[in-house]
Amino acid sequence: MLTVKDLKVAVEDKTILNGINLEVKPGEVHAIMGPNGSGKSTFANVIAGREDYEVESGSVIYKGEDLLEMEVDERALAGIFMAFQYPVEIPGVSTSNFLKSIVNANREARGLEELNAMQMLKYIREKIELVGMDEKFLRRSLNEGFSGGEKKRSEMLQMALLEPSLAILDETDSGLDIDALRIVSEAVNKLRTQDRSFIIVTHYQRLLNYIEPDFVHVLYNGRIVKSGDKSLALELEDKGYDWIKEEVDAVAV
Amino acid sequence: MSDSMQTLEQHTKSDYKYGFTSNIETDKLPKGLSEDVVRAISAKKNEPEWLTEWRLKAYRQFLEMTEPKWPNVDYPPVDLQDIIYYAAPKKKKKLDSLDEVDPELLDTFNKLGIPLDEQKMLAGVAVDAVIDSVSVKTTYKEKLAELGIIFCSFSEAVQEHPELIKKYIGSVVPANDNYFAALNSAVFSDGSFVYLPKGVKCPMELSTYFRINERDTGQFERTLIVAEEGSQVSYLEGCTAPMRDENQLHAAVVELVAMDDATIKYSTVQNWYPGDKDGKGGIYNFVTKRGLCKGVNSKITWTQVETGSAVTWKYPSCVLLGDNSVGEFYSVAVTNNRQQADTGTKMTHLGKNTRSTIISKGISAGYSHNSYRGLVKIGKKAENAHNFSVCDSLLMGDKCGAHTFPYLEVQNNTAKVEHEATTSKIGEDQLFYLMQRGLSEENAVNTIVNGFAKEVFNELPMEFAVEAQKLLAISLEGSVG
Repeated sequence: MLTVKDLKVAVEDKTILNGINLEVKPGEVHAIMGPNGSGKSTFANVIAGREDYEVESGSVIYKGEDLLEMEVDERALAGIFMAFQYPVEIPGVSTSNFLKSIVNANREARGLEELNAMQMLKYIREKIELVGMDEKFLRRSLNEGFSGGEKKRSEMLQMALLEPSLAILDETDSGLDIDALRIVSEAVNKLRTQDRSFIIVTHYQRLLNYIEPDFVHVLYNGRIVKSGDKSLALELEDKGYDWIKEEVDAVAV
Repeated sequence: MSDSMQTLEQHTKSDYKYGFTSNIETDKLPKGLSEDVVRAISAKKNEPEWLTEWRLKAYRQFLEMTEPKWPNVDYPPVDLQDIIYYAAPKKKKKLDSLDEVDPELLDTFNKLGIPLDEQKMLAGVAVDAVIDSVSVKTTYKEKLAELGIIFCSFSEAVQEHPELIKKYIGSVVPANDNYFAALNSAVFSDGSFVYLPKGVKCPMELSTYFRINERDTGQFERTLIVAEEGSQVSYLEGCTAPMRDENQLHAAVVELVAMDDATIKYSTVQNWYPGDKDGKGGIYNFVTKRGLCKGVNSKITWTQVETGSAVTWKYPSCVLLGDNSVGEFYSVAVTNNRQQADTGTKMTHLGKNTRSTIISKGISAGYSHNSYRGLVKIGKKAENAHNFSVCDSLLMGDKCGAHTFPYLEVQNNTAKVEHEATTSKIGEDQLFYLMQRGLSEENAVNTIVNGFAKEVFNELPMEFAVEAQKLLAISLEGSVG
């Protein structure tokens, strides 16, 4: 699905990612953890194609294609979805119209027929139920005045609607109470299939109580310094990040 | 410059899509302006003596006036002697049905996407099409006539309803109101006239399409709408012009009169040729539009979507004379490349409990300049007047400018005046978000812009709201590969 090799990325001449290697196979769930400033969000944004980042070297191959050569929208239409940490407000754009246009844009890219108004409504209702939202939000402007929890659920709804091949959750658990966390993780769990992969970027282990990852990677100073299974996440929960920092820093010295 | 900025720039470098010229035979006067030209226009139109005199008086006043310099726009002086003041498509006889209309003319309308045929009737739209100076064909006039509604070309109204024209012409915008209004009053060639008798609610949208086709013609049309007590009308004008290297002058006058309990909704979708990317060519759009809420509880709403013209100078205004009368102004003005717009409104509160709302949305791209200029005036006797104004500006890229000039004159301390203004830049975060969901760059830009302008689009008649959105997309579209 996704092969990242020796990826080095800079923002305004400052190297943030310093040689990332990662292999994500279909159906796998990878958690990327790390202390603040370790480069987690940068990694998520580079995969999604944000322009503020300069790729210095390395390669990212997605479904056999050179991902770094693809535009943001091409990546999206090829099945990469990013759930944003802070979804931006877009005033005056109705959520329901927005959902319709993104669903149809993605269907078209997959060679499927556009859904008509009735089919669309049915489809959206089905997914709204899946993420436990109130239908009223469809009439509001996109993300405008949404609470933190509503924004995250809206992201989950979009993920459910677009049925991506690779979903990246960028700190989706930040600012969520336990109930919202449960709803978000249930949505992810319902969407887990043999073919769909997830990269879950998170600072805390608690989301991983609900979404069981196949692999856990620890990012520190722009490198993956430790990889393991879900027990690694629990270890981090117990011991914090300091022991990892110490290990890495000791080697560096 | 960041990549996203380049993206925005690409978006905003598009070509004018209505650039074509029709080879319609025309009957026109030679270039130049003089009393003789004014007389010749009046004679060609077979006008009564009083109107010829009215024109001449306007012309003499015009000679005493100078071109206004206060708008925040910059353009080379217009040579008024280099303009043709009258050009009419040649016709052999009066036309009774569409079959008799010059096929090339119909083709022009088709290119513009104006269905002048029966389909439009199903859509509930009556069209008065104006090419250059003469109204070519007014549809559904008969149907409207059954209700006592008059909807015809201005010239026709002069012949058939001279008493109404005489009573109302210049009653809202006096001939000597300003330089361009005076010029229009002297040389106006045609336009539309609408009259609604007492208590009649117009069952369909009335629509006029203006188009400047002939080379070097200035277009000076005049529109007059009179709504008697308790009547209601919604009127839409759409404007396009073919591509021209020379600048062309468009100086129109629109007068609206609303009696007791009458409502006039006047919507404009303006897409005159804006000139090319370097600012060469394009229409100068210097227009005086004013509505008089003469009666109690009367209401006038101006809605405009302005995407064209090289230079725009335009302030659709309301004089709120009747007690409890309401004036509204909803505007989306888009400027791109080298376009300049100085546009806004004047709300003059004279009656008691008068209310006005101003919603102005300016979108600037390229190297353009977009100014909002608005005056809210509350007279001494305007007890409990209320104005609410919002002017928002959206900037695309970092080479364009947005300016706001709000003026306020309050002479009655019971007035309540609220003003809000924002300026925002189209966000790279917003673009990234929308594109991450699979929308193309163009689509993402349009989505953001349409969201920004939504409050105004909501005020447009349904079928035109769709057209306006498309126009906006075209004006901001670029060569994204």
